[in-house]
Amino acid sequence: MTTKVLAIDDSRTIRNLLRVSLESAGFEFHSACDGQEGVDVFPDVDPDVVITDINMPKMDGFGVIGSLRSGPNRTNVPILVLTTESSDDLKARARGAGATGWIVKPFDDASLVSVLRRLTGHVS
Amino acid sequence: MSMNSIRDTFFEECEELLEALVEGLSHMEEASDDMEVINAVFRSVHSIKGGAGAFALDRLVNFAHAFETVMDKVRDRELAVDEKLMALFHRSGDQLSDLVASARDGTDLDPTAEDSIVKELESYLGPEAKAEEFSFSAVTLDFDGGAPIDLPDLDLADEASDDQQPKENLFEVHFRPERALYENGHEPLLLFDALAELGPLTVEADLARLPDFDSFDPNDAVISWNMSLVTPESETTLHEIFEFVEGLCELNISLSSQAPCSPKPEALPVETASEPEPIAEVASVAEQQPEPKEPAEISIAAPDIVLEKQPEAQPSALPTAAAPKETRGPKPTLRVDLDRVDRLINTVGELIINQAMISQRIEELDLPTVAHLTNELEAYKLLARDIQEGVMAIRAQPVKPLFQRMSRIVREASDATHKKAKLVTVGDSTEVDKTVIERLADPLTHMIRNAVDHGLETSAIRQSAGKEPVGTIRLSAAHRSGSVFIEISDDGAGLDRERILAKAIEKNLIAPDVELSEPEIDNLLFLPGFSTAGQVSNLSGRGVGMDVVKNAVQALGGRVSIASTQGKGTTFTIVLPLTLAVMDGFVISVGNQTMVIPISSILETIRPNSKDIHVIGTDSQLVNVRGAYVPIVDVAHSLGLEDAKARETNGILLLVSTEAQDLTALRVSAIHDQRQVVIKSLESNYTAIPGVSAATILGDGKIALILDPEELIKLAHYNPLDPFAQNTKMELRHA
Repeated sequence: MTTKVLAIDDSRTIRNLLRVSLESAGFEFHSACDGQEGVDVFPDVDPDVVITDINMPKMDGFGVIGSLRSGPNRTNVPILVLTTESSDDLKARARGAGATGWIVKPFDDASLVSVLRRLTGHVS
Repeated sequence: MSMNSIRDTFFEECEELLEALVEGLSHMEEASDDMEVINAVFRSVHSIKGGAGAFALDRLVNFAHAFETVMDKVRDRELAVDEKLMALFHRSGDQLSDLVASARDGTDLDPTAEDSIVKELESYLGPEAKAEEFSFSAVTLDFDGGAPIDLPDLDLADEASDDQQPKENLFEVHFRPERALYENGHEPLLLFDALAELGPLTVEADLARLPDFDSFDPNDAVISWNMSLVTPESETTLHEIFEFVEGLCELNISLSSQAPCSPKPEALPVETASEPEPIAEVASVAEQQPEPKEPAEISIAAPDIVLEKQPEAQPSALPTAAAPKETRGPKPTLRVDLDRVDRLINTVGELIINQAMISQRIEELDLPTVAHLTNELEAYKLLARDIQEGVMAIRAQPVKPLFQRMSRIVREASDATHKKAKLVTVGDSTEVDKTVIERLADPLTHMIRNAVDHGLETSAIRQSAGKEPVGTIRLSAAHRSGSVFIEISDDGAGLDRERILAKAIEKNLIAPDVELSEPEIDNLLFLPGFSTAGQVSNLSGRGVGMDVVKNAVQALGGRVSIASTQGKGTTFTIVLPLTLAVMDGFVISVGNQTMVIPISSILETIRPNSKDIHVIGTDSQLVNVRGAYVPIVDVAHSLGLEDAKARETNGILLLVSTEAQDLTALRVSAIHDQRQVVIKSLESNYTAIPGVSAATILGDGKIALILDPEELIKLAHYNPLDPFAQNTKMELRHA
């Protein structure tokens, strides 16, 4: 069964990079350009894992985590935070908000895939 | 999508981000505490950094990082934006733009400016932040704890175990998840999988905390696990696996023994993961005893969980399963090679010519029952026009990026001249043909520089004149009656006409005794070789004059004019055709020739009465148009043709307005038709002819010249004192 990824990032470049890495590793790739859109499409996409940027227009990454971890659409789906900052503070905040893990940009394909595999059990 | 095309997309995205950045910065200028704006600026820089990191563009990353860090302080309200910081942000934006360009084109960029900006940016940060080293090497996963980490290299490890039989470690792992671990989307089984990849693993479930069935809350975390792992890997590697769950569980990893490796798996105290037998067994809830006291030892029963070594990932060899699709993107766009669009435009041009020919042929056939055919033809004509407009729209782009670049020019020019200036742009969503935008960049840059350098006064002079100390350069674009109007105005002192006149006489451009009107004096600026700069400043004196600007605009089929008011400022207006390929024109007769004149230049057509025509001197004629006397220019005569009929009958007068003269009436013999014509360059196919801007192919296949009213009027003899007419002729003789 294919593992579905929903990537939420306002940077087209990052979305492209994720798409290439993940599709070649056998993931089904979906994306959204900002937090609000990510949350909106979440029920339709019904992903196995979410990757989200932090700094985004409309709704930031914490907003995404918050709305996926609470409220009517509450889900336990793994959420990976994609960040350029590697501060412990940020990680603690992300974890506190309900993030499952994080990836520091720039990422390389192998580590990205291995992290996703670790969170989803995806077999490529 | 290849890596190269992702890279291309990245640079395209950078352009958009830089645009947003410039826009955000200019908004910050107005409202420096608007969080939305500050966030948008931050995000632009941040996204450039993020993308640049992926392509190992370290210089860009480091600069963006410094920029972003200061911006972040502003965002956190730790830093207030003053004029000085704003100026630094602008310069940082410019530098970022240069760095992007240099990364894209692979060109070298002198690091001097970059270094000094970074130093300035860093001066806004505390000492601890300055020391923060920013490493963006290939590594990716960042692990808690800050301890130096060796990333596991599984291949090497495997080889090593074959050859050298490295030491195997026996780790005891105690793992007790908290409820939050599950709520954050973690799955212990996957963690065990990851551990099992490191070596033989035994897992025992500890069900001691499992409550009564009645009080069982499935969301609670009640099971803990004790594991033993035999692996050559270090403890750090084990911690890496638990990286994401740290803080969400009780975790205890201890090294219980370190023995020389036994090559035989059977000798190990636990079963190997590669064997098909169960290596970890967990009690089912149903068989759970009510109050287990000895957690580690009890109830090992079915169902069994088998942990097997995961097959290695084979990323490249995998066919894409279920067609992956992007759910919802931004407004969908399509990137097309410009050549293709231009080929299409060319073909559409031919289509329009072809349509005109077919129409004409059918008309010539004079078929008795063509009514039906005529309707169809009319529809064909409309369709062809729709296609043409649609294709032209592909090439149309907003002037915004062009205008935004000008804010940098204003900044640089005001720095260089020590004047204070700001740029105000209006109508930057106005769309103009791509080529026009490209070719307008240089003239516009020059005019903006001029406006700051020559147009604006120093702050001191401005204040003594009762003006704002900061001068305003206004750049506007608008569509008006089928043309694009671009205005560059300053609120400076206005043109110094006495000086212009003196200069023109000194440079022998005009006769000393010539009497000129104010607009005529202003237009002297466009004469080749004219330069008003009393002293050569940093900006002017580059050998580029307004004549170059004028030529560039004319090459685009446009014209440029000046209006200036003493003490109030100067406005340059550039009027350009909407498209370069097709235009609406009147098909007219001049002598025995068929020609085309652009409709956009014609204000009115008149069939005059003889009593309205007045002769002045021997040759000049005026026509009375509702009480105003307008000079008549005989087109045939200007072009060196004879057109006796037009003279006798007074012909048809086309009223045009030009920059040098308010109104002029062009006399032609007849107007035949109004139609869209495809512009074919005369210069590239033949040679430039004075008074003629281009040529076109008419429906009958004949070539017709397209007239340039502006030049025609200058060619005319109606005003022997007109310096432009004379000068134009001199130029022509030189050419």
